[in-house]
Amino acid sequence: MKDRQKKIHYEKTFDCVQCGYCLPACPTYESMKKETHSPRGRIHLIKQFAEGKVDIEALQEPIDKCLGCNACSTVCPTNVQYGKILEGAKQVLDEQKPKTKIQKVVEKLIFEQVFPSKAWMNTIGHASWFYQKSGLQTLGRMTGLTKAAPLHLEQFEQILPDLPSPVERMHRPKVVKTAGQRRAKVGFFTGCIMDSLFFGINAKTIDLLARAGADVVIPDGQTCCGALHAHSGKQGISKELAKKNIKAFEKAFEGEDVDYIVINAGGCGARLIEYGELFEDEPDWQERAEGFVARTKDISEVLVELDTLTFTKPVKEVVTYQSSCHMLNVQHVVEPPLRVLKSIPGIVYREMEGSERCCGSAGIYNILQFDESMKILDHKMDKVKMTGAHTLVTTNPGCLLQMKLGIKRECLEERMRAVHLVELLSEARPLGRPESEKDR
Amino acid sequence: MDEVWMKELKQIFHPGRFLTDLPDLHSFSYDASFGNHLPQAVVQVKDVSEVIAVLKLANEYRVPVYPRGQGTSLSGGPLPVKGGIVMDLSRWREILEIDPDDLVAIVSPGVLTSDINKAAEKYGLMYPPDPSSSHVSTIGGNLAENSGGPRGLKYGVTKDYVLGLEVVTPEGDLIRTGGRTMKNVTGYDLTKLIVGSEGTLGVITEAILKLIPKPPATRTMMAVFDDLVTSGKAISKVLTSGILPAKIELMDQASIVAVELYRPIGLPVDAEAILLIELDGHEETLKKEMGETERIIREVGARETVVAQTREEADQLWLARKLVSPAIVKVKPTKVSEDATVPRSKIPEMIDRLKQIKEKYDIHLVVFGHAGDGNLHPNIICDQRDTEEMIRVEQAVGEIFTTAIDLGGTLSGEHGIGTMKAPFMEKELGPLGLEMMNRIKGAWDPNNILNPGKIFPEPGQDSLVLRNG
Repeated sequence: MKDRQKKIHYEKTFDCVQCGYCLPACPTYESMKKETHSPRGRIHLIKQFAEGKVDIEALQEPIDKCLGCNACSTVCPTNVQYGKILEGAKQVLDEQKPKTKIQKVVEKLIFEQVFPSKAWMNTIGHASWFYQKSGLQTLGRMTGLTKAAPLHLEQFEQILPDLPSPVERMHRPKVVKTAGQRRAKVGFFTGCIMDSLFFGINAKTIDLLARAGADVVIPDGQTCCGALHAHSGKQGISKELAKKNIKAFEKAFEGEDVDYIVINAGGCGARLIEYGELFEDEPDWQERAEGFVARTKDISEVLVELDTLTFTKPVKEVVTYQSSCHMLNVQHVVEPPLRVLKSIPGIVYREMEGSERCCGSAGIYNILQFDESMKILDHKMDKVKMTGAHTLVTTNPGCLLQMKLGIKRECLEERMRAVHLVELLSEARPLGRPESEKDR
Repeated sequence: MDEVWMKELKQIFHPGRFLTDLPDLHSFSYDASFGNHLPQAVVQVKDVSEVIAVLKLANEYRVPVYPRGQGTSLSGGPLPVKGGIVMDLSRWREILEIDPDDLVAIVSPGVLTSDINKAAEKYGLMYPPDPSSSHVSTIGGNLAENSGGPRGLKYGVTKDYVLGLEVVTPEGDLIRTGGRTMKNVTGYDLTKLIVGSEGTLGVITEAILKLIPKPPATRTMMAVFDDLVTSGKAISKVLTSGILPAKIELMDQASIVAVELYRPIGLPVDAEAILLIELDGHEETLKKEMGETERIIREVGARETVVAQTREEADQLWLARKLVSPAIVKVKPTKVSEDATVPRSKIPEMIDRLKQIKEKYDIHLVVFGHAGDGNLHPNIICDQRDTEEMIRVEQAVGEIFTTAIDLGGTLSGEHGIGTMKAPFMEKELGPLGLEMMNRIKGAWDPNNILNPGKIFPEPGQDSLVLRNG
């Protein structure tokens, strides 16, 4: 019982005074319409479980259906650490729930082999590329073969972006120096999904940083941030991945001062800045993790801090923004993406009602809980449509895919697109300002 | 599922709104007060015929029914203390109509209170009651508990804005009380009887609410005092000068210190009290009234006054008050929030007595709240896992109640009696006063099926218990 209470962060459940202020902020409370699927309800059930009053089956559904968007922590008047409590519950569920043999094999493959592996992620990128280019995609769609795939993956493969060829992938340099005056030295965290499915956005991110006056290093040996593992209850692997990343960046910058470790994915960023909390039992690693965290920033924050880019090509479009929950509620990065977005000449920015609410993507939630995710997405798309925007901007790969899916479901592909903030910034032809002009 | 009434109840509802799984039952076993009590079933009602059917069935089989909004009650209002059925009304939000000609709003019970005010604002109108949970709490819950809020000082509480109700009685009959006129003296005022009856006399299924013109502007000031008694005097002086602020909120030294430790925003930690005062009205009048208020407060002996010049500055001043809740639970996690209320003139004495209670029981007690109307919020910060401490807290709360009554005040200004304060009812009302209430309950609910275990003390229930099981 004691072990169960420790893992599940039983102590932290007492911070909840059950005031209910989290209810209006919770997307699943709104869509599933009962207290059981609210943050307050989940914390209460976790507490009952920790006290032995309910068994683990009682936790399964409410915990599985939580998006983990953390909107509740942002509005909580008593600072309950919901994210920690949720991760604890997921870990206990993962360890205690009986699983079928196939489930175990698939999970092992995905979490221990695929996500942490650069080679695997590249292979997914290559395979997806080959699949698209070879016409298999069209054939698959026409014959309805992809519809037979489990987990509704067919809906997702239709919205995958055009991918670069293996040759382009291999030829990315390890260091990109700025052409102008050097104002910062940064390490770029590529991420696994970003680098496999959104390789082009990563390339544009590196280009933007170089134009803004940064020397960009892309360290070898970096791997998945571990967010998806942590959110699936696999704390052990998540910690190992954290160590690998910390090591990779330390090695790349041995003895040198690095100003920023830059990420362009809200979900990864949220995990990276929590590295410091993973090593409470390992002081050596904790110190190294804190050094890593202190430099970690989202691309939008770095661009705002450097303040060196001018956009030379007007983008004459109505634009709206869907924030990434983990960027908003965990990293607490609110203003910078909007600030750079609004600095693009020609755009008409329209705020979306409820832009701070989760889109239902939530890591791999949209794959595991497809129906619930689509309810939330459909609701989100109603709000998107109300803005009349041509371009919907996001800052996280999961959100980007989900918004592309939303546009497809609404048959809006003809007049609307979803892009990563970095893509829109690149379209607006960014130029580095000379030093003298910046100082003026 | 073996009981006959359960089977019949199941027939009435769509399966998605009839809940009997254990995780669901646990999720409707609590509110924002203390204690967990498992119901046997939860029904999520969405129209009046469902409410009638549930109550008729429950009355026939003598099953307790517990109406519930969003479970933000601080007094145990929706707790299913005797099992039975929790009737969740929070999903019933269909009607929210504003009639600007009659200056009324017609609402379903599950509509959020703040949404009513938002809808009214579109017509330049306002629904004044503003409990701090108004963005979460339902109007049904507010009506049942007769909730107040900071604006109560100038505008009164929920009961002052109810013109008419549609109610299902515990025997399952539909009645209408009042109407949509400002004046109405036809017979007994059943509307006011139902409001604040804590869901023991009927289930409110629709309400006609009074709206008033929204004041065009507000202004905020903060006043700092070296001693608490002077702040009390300042309140009286302002209120007798012909100025009626919308809100006067007090923070005592313990809450000021807690906020500064939690997030330093530059509050004076050596001060004994801070008052936050909001005036509302027309811009021109406001300027004059704010100047006058500041002058009076300085004259009485405030050490410092700050008048916000912009909306942002005002928000900054109110931030201090907002931070009290998160700040005080940093010390210990459990918060016992009381709302014993005294006549305004007794505020300084009440604060003094609270200090003595704090020392006597060696508890962590902070005082903040709606000082302008005598509705102080003494909050005790403790740890519910510490039984020995909780016993001291229970005794201290008991003494706070009796002190408020001794000073000519009341057990509850806005949270309600529920389970927590029931043992103290007789002390305030006397045996006959309580007996008359009991007779009313008996006449409306002969089989005692609606929210039993609330307001009236159970046999042998003679003191407060905050510990669970």
